[in-house]
Amino acid sequence: MEFEAVIGLEVHCQLKTKSKIFCSCSTDFGAPPNTHVCPICLGMPGVLPVLNKKVLEYALKLSLATNCSINNRNIFARKHYFYPDLPKGYQISQFDLPIAEHGWIEIEKQDGTKKRIGITRIHMEEDAGKLIHDDKRPLSYVDLNRTGTPLLEIVSEPEISAPEEAGEYLKVLRELVRYLEISDGNMEEGSLRCDANISIRKRGDTELGTKTELKNMNSFRHVQKALEYEIRRQTALMLDGQKIVQETRLWDEAKGITLPMRGKEEAHDYRYFPDPDLIPVEISAEWIDDIKNGLIELPAQKRERFKAQYGLPYEDIRSLTASRALADFFEECVKKFNNPKKVANWIMVELMKLLKQDALDIAQCKIQPQHLAELLLLIDEGKISGKIAKDILEKTYATGRPPTDIVNEEGLLQVSDDDTLYSVCKEVATENPKEVDKFRAGKKKVIGFLVGQVMKKTKGKANPKRVNEILIELIG
Amino acid sequence: MKITKEEVSHIASLSRLSFEPEELDVISLQLNDILIYIEKLNGLDTSGVEPVTHAHDLVNAFRDDEVKEWLSNDEAMDNAPQSDNGQFKVPRII
Ligand SMILES: [Zn+2]
Repeated sequence: MEFEAVIGLEVHCQLKTKSKIFCSCSTDFGAPPNTHVCPICLGMPGVLPVLNKKVLEYALKLSLATNCSINNRNIFARKHYFYPDLPKGYQISQFDLPIAEHGWIEIEKQDGTKKRIGITRIHMEEDAGKLIHDDKRPLSYVDLNRTGTPLLEIVSEPEISAPEEAGEYLKVLRELVRYLEISDGNMEEGSLRCDANISIRKRGDTELGTKTELKNMNSFRHVQKALEYEIRRQTALMLDGQKIVQETRLWDEAKGITLPMRGKEEAHDYRYFPDPDLIPVEISAEWIDDIKNGLIELPAQKRERFKAQYGLPYEDIRSLTASRALADFFEECVKKFNNPKKVANWIMVELMKLLKQDALDIAQCKIQPQHLAELLLLIDEGKISGKIAKDILEKTYATGRPPTDIVNEEGLLQVSDDDTLYSVCKEVATENPKEVDKFRAGKKKVIGFLVGQVMKKTKGKANPKRVNEILIELIG
Repeated sequence: MKITKEEVSHIASLSRLSFEPEELDVISLQLNDILIYIEKLNGLDTSGVEPVTHAHDLVNAFRDDEVKEWLSNDEAMDNAPQSDNGQFKVPRII
C-alpha cells in the first residue's frame, strides 16, 4: 500500500519594528529581564493598547507579496488561555477578519518543476513572554520583554506533500520576508518559527487522515527531519492497523523522534471574541495601491529579469539573488564592468569564499561594487594577473582600500616590459638545465614549470602569456 | 438549565480556578440566572442587522513606530507577589 503525506505549515514571523505592536516598548533582544515593559504589555487594568502603524504596513507588504486578497475591515480578537507567559490571560490576535486570505507562493520541487502552495490566511498578533523553569523547584521565572513583539502568522493550505517541499516553502517565505525587510527570518534565533500539521492517506484517497501537530523545530533541517520521522511513524501505525491519535508532538532533536507533548492536552478552547480596546482597522484601496507601488522587486521577478537581462545560467541567478543586497552588489558591479558572467564568477567564487570564512553578510563587507569592477578592469587591461588580483581582493576585503591604490602603492603592475622579462627568463633557463633539456627532447609540458619559476621570481607580476612566448623563443 | 455543571467546571479549569462541589452548585445556579436574564435579548429580531463589534463608528487609531521608556525593572516588579533577579516568580505549570 502506498501512502502520501498531507502537510500544512503554520509560520510565526517576528516583525522587525522598533517598538512593540500595541505599546511603545522596545523590541530589542538581549536586554535584562523585564526592562522593556510598560503597563500595557504587563497587562495592567485600565490601559489602552494602540496599533503600531508599521506592523500594519509590514503585514500588507507580505500579504501582497504572497498574492493574498486583503480584507478591507480588520478586527482584533482576544484569544484566551492561561499561562504565565501571557500576563493578560489572553493574546491579542485576529480571528474572523484577518488581514489577508487566499494567497499562494510558488516553490521549486526537487525535479525543477514549480508548484503553488496556497496561503490560507495571514494575521497579526502579539508574541508572548519567556519562561525559564527552575530545574530544582517547581517554579518558573517570567521575563516579559518579548511580550507584545509583533508577529505575523502565516498559515498554509495542506498542499505540501513532502518534507523537502516543506523546506522549500520555508526558504521561499524566509527569502520574501528578508527581501521585504520586514523580519530577520532567522529560525535558529526564533524570528521565524514553524509548526506543522501532518497526516497521511492512501495515495489517491481524497479524504484526509487524522493529523498530528508538530512543534519545537528550530531550523529548516529540524522541520524536514521531524516530518520524515512522523511520516514513517504514521505509516507504520497504519500498516499495523492501528489508529493515529490526534495530538501535539514535540520534535526531540537529540533522539531524532517526535514525542507526545506531556501534560493534559486540553482541547483548544480559546473563547475568541472581538477586543473592545482596539477599534477596527479599515484599509482603503488607495492605501493598498500605495503599498503595492512601493513594493520592491520580489525574488521570483528578479530572477526572471536577471535571466533576460544578463543571460546567466540558472544556478548563477539563484545564488546571486539569494539576498537583495547580493543582487544589488552584482548589478552595481556590472554597471561599471559590463561582463555579467565574469562578475558573477568573481562574486560567487572569490568573494563568497572570503565572506564564508568570516561568516559575514555582503552588507558587512568592505569590498564595494566599484572595487570589484576596478579589479576586473585591471585584469582585462592586462595590468595585473588573475593571481595577483585574488591577493588584491583579499587586501581590499581586509582594509577596504581600493584595488588601484593597492596596485600603485605596492608596485603590483604586471611586468610586460620585454627587457626585464628576457633577463629573468634567461636566468631561469640557466638555473634549470635539466628541464630545458627535457623540453628540447620533446617534453613540451615542462614549459609550465619554467613559466612558474619566472612568475615566482617576479612575485607573480610577469605577464604569463608573454613569458611563455619568450621562453619558447629562448630554448626552443 | 442554560449551563451544566460540567460546562462550569470546564470553564473554571480553563481559567485555572478550582471550586468545592457546593461552590460549583451555587455558581452554576447563578450563571444560569444570568443567562436566562440575557436570553431576553434573543426576543429581538436581528435578521438583516450587521453584527457590531464596537459601540461607536471610530476606525483606524494608530501609533507611530517609536520607542519610549516606561518603567524601570524595580517599578515593573512592584506589584509582583514574588520576584527574583528582576523576574516574576510563579508556580511551575508544565
Ligand atoms: Zn509595553
